[in-house]
Amino acid sequence: MEVKNAKEAKKGVLKRIAGPVVTAVNLDAHMYDVVRVGKEALMGEVIKIQGDNVIIQVYEDTSGIRPGEPVSNTGLSLAVELGPGLLTSIYDGIQRPLEVLVNKMGNFIERGVSAPGLSHDKKWTFKPLVKAGDKAEPGKILGEVQETNIVHKIMLPPNQKPGVVKTIKSGDFTIDEIIYVLEDGREFPMLQRWPVRVPRPVREKKNPTIPLLTGQRILDGLFPIAKGGTAAIPGPFGSGKTVTQQQLAKWSDAEIVVYIGCGERGNEMTEVLTEFPHLEDPKSGKPLMERTVLIANTSNMPVAAREASVYTGITIAEYFRDMGYDVSLMADSTSRWAEAMREISSRLEEMPGEEGYPAYLAARLSEFYERAGLVETLNGDSGSVSVIGAVSPPGGDFSEPVTQNTLRIVKVFWALDAKLSQRRHFPAINWLNSYSLYLDALHDYYDKEVAPDWNKTRSWAMEVLQKEAELQEIVQLVGSDALPESEQVTIEVARMIREIFLQQNAYDAVDTFCDMKKQYDMMKAIKMFADLAYAAQQAGVSPAQILGVKAKNELPQIKFTKDYKPELEKIEKSMDTEFNALRSAA
Amino acid sequence: MKEYRTITKIAGPLVFVEKTEPIAYQELVNVVLSDGTIKRGQVLDTSDDLVVVQIFETTTGIGRDSGVRFTGETIKMPVGREMLGRILSGGGKPIDGGPEIVPEKRLDITGAAINPYARGMPADFIQTGISTIDGTNTLVRGQKLPIFSGAGLPHNNVALQIARQAKVPGSTESFAVVFAAMGITKEEANYFMADFERTGALERAVVFLNLADDPAVERIITPRLALTTAEYLAFELGMHVLVILTDMTNYCEALRQIGAAREEVPGRRGYPGYMYTDLACIYERAGMIKGQKGSVTQIPILTMPGDDITHPIPDLTGYITEGQIVVSRELHRKGIYPPINVLPSLSRLMNLGIGKGKTREDHKKVSDQMYAGYAEGNDLRGLVAIVGKDALSERDRGLLEFADHFENRFVRQGYDEDRTIEDTLDLGWDLLSTLPVEQLTRIDRDLINKYHPKFRAGAKKE
Repeated sequence: MEVKNAKEAKKGVLKRIAGPVVTAVNLDAHMYDVVRVGKEALMGEVIKIQGDNVIIQVYEDTSGIRPGEPVSNTGLSLAVELGPGLLTSIYDGIQRPLEVLVNKMGNFIERGVSAPGLSHDKKWTFKPLVKAGDKAEPGKILGEVQETNIVHKIMLPPNQKPGVVKTIKSGDFTIDEIIYVLEDGREFPMLQRWPVRVPRPVREKKNPTIPLLTGQRILDGLFPIAKGGTAAIPGPFGSGKTVTQQQLAKWSDAEIVVYIGCGERGNEMTEVLTEFPHLEDPKSGKPLMERTVLIANTSNMPVAAREASVYTGITIAEYFRDMGYDVSLMADSTSRWAEAMREISSRLEEMPGEEGYPAYLAARLSEFYERAGLVETLNGDSGSVSVIGAVSPPGGDFSEPVTQNTLRIVKVFWALDAKLSQRRHFPAINWLNSYSLYLDALHDYYDKEVAPDWNKTRSWAMEVLQKEAELQEIVQLVGSDALPESEQVTIEVARMIREIFLQQNAYDAVDTFCDMKKQYDMMKAIKMFADLAYAAQQAGVSPAQILGVKAKNELPQIKFTKDYKPELEKIEKSMDTEFNALRSAA
Repeated sequence: MKEYRTITKIAGPLVFVEKTEPIAYQELVNVVLSDGTIKRGQVLDTSDDLVVVQIFETTTGIGRDSGVRFTGETIKMPVGREMLGRILSGGGKPIDGGPEIVPEKRLDITGAAINPYARGMPADFIQTGISTIDGTNTLVRGQKLPIFSGAGLPHNNVALQIARQAKVPGSTESFAVVFAAMGITKEEANYFMADFERTGALERAVVFLNLADDPAVERIITPRLALTTAEYLAFELGMHVLVILTDMTNYCEALRQIGAAREEVPGRRGYPGYMYTDLACIYERAGMIKGQKGSVTQIPILTMPGDDITHPIPDLTGYITEGQIVVSRELHRKGIYPPINVLPSLSRLMNLGIGKGKTREDHKKVSDQMYAGYAEGNDLRGLVAIVGKDALSERDRGLLEFADHFENRFVRQGYDEDRTIEDTLDLGWDLLSTLPVEQLTRIDRDLINKYHPKFRAGAKKE
């Protein structure tokens, strides 16, 4: 409260209002200070200072605001509240809890309502992990709170000097109550604030070596992302970006998930909100919502808050990373974020770069993705933030600036393809255009944890798919019967890889998640068919007979079967018998 | 109310006024001409020394001698129950010769965003009676599903057929249609009106007409008036409202016109950079609210310039709406009605509205299987043109035939033919049964045993 009064003297006056960008004069301000605009005290942020004019982006609708209304500076940068209560929350782009907003202003988002990001009344049971006399360095874990099934660790804020614990309490506290005091007299509650545009510090960034397993065959099997890695999913509308993002949010084996709905559809967020509490984390068996933080700034919510939403999300992700967790962050969609930048930039009458985007687009994108990573935290623990950004290129044209600038930074590229989605091949990720630069880094992991021959099997599958693409060009011209016999077998094997392995039904209770073991078994079964088929073809069996092998028709059903093992063994056995019969007949 | 005579510049739809008292952003403005006529406008930019006003009608007759009155409030729409059955202009004035609307409420036309937390999950299947929609691109309550069409295609008939036949099976709740026309011809408007009258739909409809010769700028507010009305009917009166907006392309042209007049930095193809946000503020006004009865379902219609789906208007629309129904020139040329090409069509909310207890347990998988078959069959047509039918394998010939059957039996139906969802799905199975069973890889064995005509007990054999 004192802060507010002290700043009272510095009140400025609004001079011009044009959409989400307003100009104030006589305001003592610094870049990125948070200000309160107009009689209703709408939240805004200083984005340009020009002589006496301070230019502000306002996070709420500015209709009805007049020149001459007051503007006051809070003197703080845009920051998020960090502490127990983050998990299971759903926020707008500037960390206002949407649930609280419903209670305060009803079903529609009105303006001028502020709401803190965390509940300041709720009491949490704090359990200290250090005692008086222990050293406290920045980032050190001093105690913990059982937040959901996740343990929320309370750390000395990273921007604090080290000290020695004088007293530390135990028991039930709100996030504002002082729980520990250092010998030099500094007092701390559980709550800490962090400015969203500043990355939280770490001791060291490391190279990722463990995959972020997602239960999606084409991702884990062919184009894996590492924990602490970055990936982009570009695709035209209707190609399945959002479904893929949601599948990742549901099934990826991260401990914490931050999902940012940035400028996307309201109904999609509702879907996540309705569905997640009923879905179980395959590892812990607890509702998925318990490890999730949602940020929803839908396309019709104020555009400046959309710009901020991505930073709000990544800061929360970094905070959990600092506790030593593996966090995955999904941003759907970074193109809407870039468009928000473009809109603000054009209102500032800045010189536009490519396609009207501001010249600093590339810098902002790379700064954002660089906040991902596998790190050694300040307290020496290991944590990671993996970032998966959806990109919505206009007209599905990957040559546009947002896609291109993103691809220059990220290591994994999952190219969505409208052609595939039109024939309901889901996930509609094109296996020829996609890539993962983590394959080498993850080689050892797959070798040890999945199977010694997995890496080889993967390469084999990619080769078959590549070969098929070449053969398809010929087939398009002359028909499949004109191909040599062995290549007709290749076409069939590739079809099996596509239809059995790559296609995955996100809406089937079993097929929606497929662990690495099952992925391996499925691919092995296809490879077994391939080996038998080539051998049979060499022995003189005709392609028509090979294609007629009945056992392979049972293989797709494996996808939908939970205890697939006995079934799969039966199929493999009858495959063997059938081929034996064919070979001896030939 | 103070009247200013300080107009300094008039450019296209924009009027620049100097030396005013503080004027609010988005305030409603009346410009009084020398003969007493009043033109309405809205503040686009306001500062100490200059206010920019966008006039909703033509600026014909406005001069530096015209008076400018600022009303002190943003644009409000008078709404009431008795709007049902009325025909209003694109600016919201009655044009059917009836009395003025007695407002029960006056609502801001910009409309606030529904808090995502307060949104209800769309889940009620709407049966339109059109197989390509119900079967393969299902519409649900609270969805926004546009029709992407081209000049000269029968999108209006499709929209009318949906408006006429749409129902939630087994539900008797009251529902209404809000129809907003932007820049369509009088002839098209008459066609809509005649059909509304023929089917008695007018009684439960509110019609907004901005015709081709009405001021283009008025089109900016027409959809907002329509949606404000729809939200009132839905969330205050508890009705299920179907909103038809046609033609969004004209709306976007008007948006571009204003952007150009304001000398803004243009985005793709000259459309303003904020067009995504602007369109989102229209389309996102569809939905349901938790714990409330009503719903707003939107069917915007747009004609793709040059049938190009990557043009900014369909492109941005597709990124906001929950799918799209694509009307195809090729099917139309083949004489198939409704010429809906299912391949690029999509309903994102389909999975929420179908399945056991809603439509039928086999719905999703039948739909997927038909898609896969039709897509592959359709591809083979290109090949046949080169190598001839005889060079195809038996499997490919089957798929080719499937594609033909699909178009002629599943897609094609009458303008007044209202198929139930059971009819649609059974028809789907009939078509799928022309393919060998082992080719149906997307359907699990249990469903095949239950629904496939070959296994279905007592089923008719083809």
